[in-house]
Amino acid sequence: MSNHWTDIANADAILIMGSNAAEHHPISFKWVLKAKDKGAKVMHVDPKFSRTSARSDFHVPLRSGTDIAFLGGMVKYILDNDKFFHEYVAEYTNAAFIVGKDFSFSNGLFAGFDKANKSYNKKKWAFEMDKDGVPKRDKSFKHGRCVLNLMRKHYSRYNLDKVSSTTGVPKKDLMNVYETYAATGKRDKAGTIMYALGWTQHTVGVQNIRLSAIVQLLLGNIGVAGGGINALRGEPNVQGSTDHCILYHILPGYLAVPRAKWNSLEDYNKANTPVSNDPQSANWWQHKPKYLVSLLKGWFGDNALPENGFGYDWLPRCDDNGDYSYIFLFDRMYKGEVKGGFVYGTNPAQSAPNTNKVRRAMENLDWLVVGELHHTETSDFWRRPGADPEKIGTEVFLLPSAQRGEKEGSITNSGRWLMWHYMAQQPIADSKPMGAMVVDIMNAVRRLYREEDGVFPEPILNMDWPTDYNPDQMSKRNNGWFTRDVEIGGTLYKKGQQVPNFTKLMDDGSTVSTNWLQCGSYPDSGNLAKRRDLDQTPMQKNIGLFPNFAWAWPVNRRVLYNRASVDLSGKPWNPAKAVIEWKDGKWVGDVPDGGWPPLDTGKGRYPFIMHKEGHAQLFGPGRMEGPLPEHYEPMETPLTTNPFSGQLSNPCAKQAFSDADALAKPGDKRYPIVLTTYCLTEHWCGGGETRNTPVLLEAEPQQYVEMSPQLAREKGIENGDVVIVESIRGRVEAVAMVTIRMRPFKVEGRIIHEVGMPFCFGWTTPKCGDAVNRLTPSVGDPNTTIPEYKASLVNIRKADKVTEL
Amino acid sequence: MKITRRGFMKATGVGAVGLTLGQLGLDLSPVEALAYGMKIDGAKEVISICPFCACCCNVLMHVKDGKVVSVEGDPGYPVSEGALCAKGAALLSMHTSEHRLEKPLYRAANSDHWVEKDWDWTLKAIARKVKDTRDRDFKKFNDQGQLVNRVESIFQLGTSQMDNEECTLSHQGLRGLGVVHMDHQARI
Repeated sequence: MSNHWTDIANADAILIMGSNAAEHHPISFKWVLKAKDKGAKVMHVDPKFSRTSARSDFHVPLRSGTDIAFLGGMVKYILDNDKFFHEYVAEYTNAAFIVGKDFSFSNGLFAGFDKANKSYNKKKWAFEMDKDGVPKRDKSFKHGRCVLNLMRKHYSRYNLDKVSSTTGVPKKDLMNVYETYAATGKRDKAGTIMYALGWTQHTVGVQNIRLSAIVQLLLGNIGVAGGGINALRGEPNVQGSTDHCILYHILPGYLAVPRAKWNSLEDYNKANTPVSNDPQSANWWQHKPKYLVSLLKGWFGDNALPENGFGYDWLPRCDDNGDYSYIFLFDRMYKGEVKGGFVYGTNPAQSAPNTNKVRRAMENLDWLVVGELHHTETSDFWRRPGADPEKIGTEVFLLPSAQRGEKEGSITNSGRWLMWHYMAQQPIADSKPMGAMVVDIMNAVRRLYREEDGVFPEPILNMDWPTDYNPDQMSKRNNGWFTRDVEIGGTLYKKGQQVPNFTKLMDDGSTVSTNWLQCGSYPDSGNLAKRRDLDQTPMQKNIGLFPNFAWAWPVNRRVLYNRASVDLSGKPWNPAKAVIEWKDGKWVGDVPDGGWPPLDTGKGRYPFIMHKEGHAQLFGPGRMEGPLPEHYEPMETPLTTNPFSGQLSNPCAKQAFSDADALAKPGDKRYPIVLTTYCLTEHWCGGGETRNTPVLLEAEPQQYVEMSPQLAREKGIENGDVVIVESIRGRVEAVAMVTIRMRPFKVEGRIIHEVGMPFCFGWTTPKCGDAVNRLTPSVGDPNTTIPEYKASLVNIRKADKVTEL
Repeated sequence: MKITRRGFMKATGVGAVGLTLGQLGLDLSPVEALAYGMKIDGAKEVISICPFCACCCNVLMHVKDGKVVSVEGDPGYPVSEGALCAKGAALLSMHTSEHRLEKPLYRAANSDHWVEKDWDWTLKAIARKVKDTRDRDFKKFNDQGQLVNRVESIFQLGTSQMDNEECTLSHQGLRGLGVVHMDHQARI
């Protein structure tokens, strides 16, 4: 979240799209309702009517996978009707930047498309530079190739008729949302957007979110109280674990993973450290080398030396375009190329797409280690229904995990608050925290490499690795310390002292920090994640900032990009809900995005400090499938043509191509119904933990499928019938829940039905059903490879025989 | 006397079992004593956090004789103000669940059952698998002859159930081994 949970109460309008906040983030809704009580308008745009819809001012159902069409129409409305916040847009976004002559867009494709490689030459989308190498700007917006005018042209096609016939949303409902939300384009109004997996889990997921950012920037809603782009992050520490980047493509603190072409630390730094020629751009990532070296110094301790690139020379490197994410991991496992591995606290046999393939792929493993609280569909895949254990040669180690109250440590909430939790009781029986499993296994491996010959033992043996799992010590290391006495700006820091914040991190090995984002969370005074102080200044209290409760990254800033909440002289756009203000020569309120004085002093810096140019990117030249979001149909679509262009689906979408990866044809008559999937309040994700909790299982005991009465009539299905839902990849048994919560959509002059299914039920819980993800395809967004769980094609019929329920 | 919001929540919490408003008056400590006059009498209070969505509702765990006996929402957490959803409210039973794993289990190749093992055996056996697989499959160079230092046949999935301190070690260990197939719930 660019803002945080309690800040939602400051909003004047709330657009909940791609999320069912009331059911899946129930406590978040407390803040939605507080805003509503104060007069905020709440809108829910989602295929299904849910408890979120019930408490919103209006619910607008749309066909899954058409969010860009919907929001593209909103951008057109904002631009056509001059609803955007001119000063904000001109000064703080790249709306005024001039795009180079090579840029073009035609029939669904941007300039530079390479069909063979399904990728773009992004140089075609570059900005035009002045003689100093700074992007040219026209703040009067007269230049034909300025970003704002390119956007006007691009979204001119997103007229109400076309948007309505693509999304299935009646025109008056579109206008309701557009008018109500665009009303926040005034300096004293704020709107917030709350989204979750309903936006990310599409082959256009990243562009869904980019378009929402574009809307927010046009309306001046980023950086202000009650504004922001607010990802309702799902898992308990998915924010923190993402900050620590246990993902193939990034190192802790969002640093790019080393690639084969960057053979040395110097090469890496040269390729990854942006350079800006604009003296007013802070270009914060210029400090990246300091963060990387401090990380390596933490990993390899005294063995990290300049002559080995501080350990860079030992790190694994990925190939360009090498994709090691879920979809391709299981594709390679299916082909027999992956031999062993670890699964901690996740249940891919249930929650990865196309789980029939995933479950079969696991049979090719020689060994599997699972750290868990319970048996899961993953740990016990070898005894699943239909499998013959005698034919499955995988050795499986199932390690008992401690529960939350049996360990201490920090987790990071969706609003980036780092919070400490304490151990209430010892782990039961022989269970232990996963951190202890990781430490102990690695120590056992290190012992073998010390005792025997082995391949390339350097990174394993040179690692600074603890004997035992000690969360306090790791928390200290994440913040980091000085490795020798250093003088910075006249202050002497002694060896062993904690680094006060990341502005003091160095690229010469004198500092350790295993996550620069956390630098400042554990200074010499102690672990700030433990703070419980609710004290606030009146200005902070006015917007519920809680700066002394726990600690937020970065540097305890509660609202990101908060310098965009003030004008060029440092005065808040909306004094009634000020986040920061320049007063008597200093900033008050929240921790500002850098302490420079206001821009009109001539000594300031643009507010969007993480971008090289310092401006928020309406035009985003870094994304895989284009600099402006464009509507593409899901990879499985009930349509045969894209109403917006000749390009049916995302031209750069990722896809697995094994014999288990069939896709329904566009408009496939065998599979005419759109499927979307979701969690439940009572069951968590794949359901492994909550299905083992009797009170929760009793509340939601069985797999069901929600469908409209119209579809049920067409199919001769009664409420409560057991039905078979099938895609080209698999079939699932479910109880039919015939409900007006699902509605047919009128799309391109005909009716398209959509059904919805929770994906939490699995065979280890008897008679509750089994994985819905047996239906979903292994296709993903080109930027993230997040699978398209939210829109695929199925058919449905009454069951002749029931085995799963 | 100042009644803090937290103290007030505790006090009003026992209103339901017969506390009068008069007793809310001057001295908070007897109120607190009364408030704990049930199964949490004399229990130690420990702050933990619900392990489900990223609202991260803080909870109060009441501990008696080394065991958690009650879990309730923490009114001191400004986000939840003491509230919990159905999952958070079931947290105690998740600790005491009979379904929980208690010992390391091992399933041999082609076997149809689990056997209990101790940690020492388990760690040694896993380390042997890791080393043998890594030593066999380690790739020093890619097809273009560029240095890559990686092993593609070992993977890890998970997890956002780990604390930050567990994640930091998990990441370090995997890169140290040369693992590139690493992913977690941020992607699914």
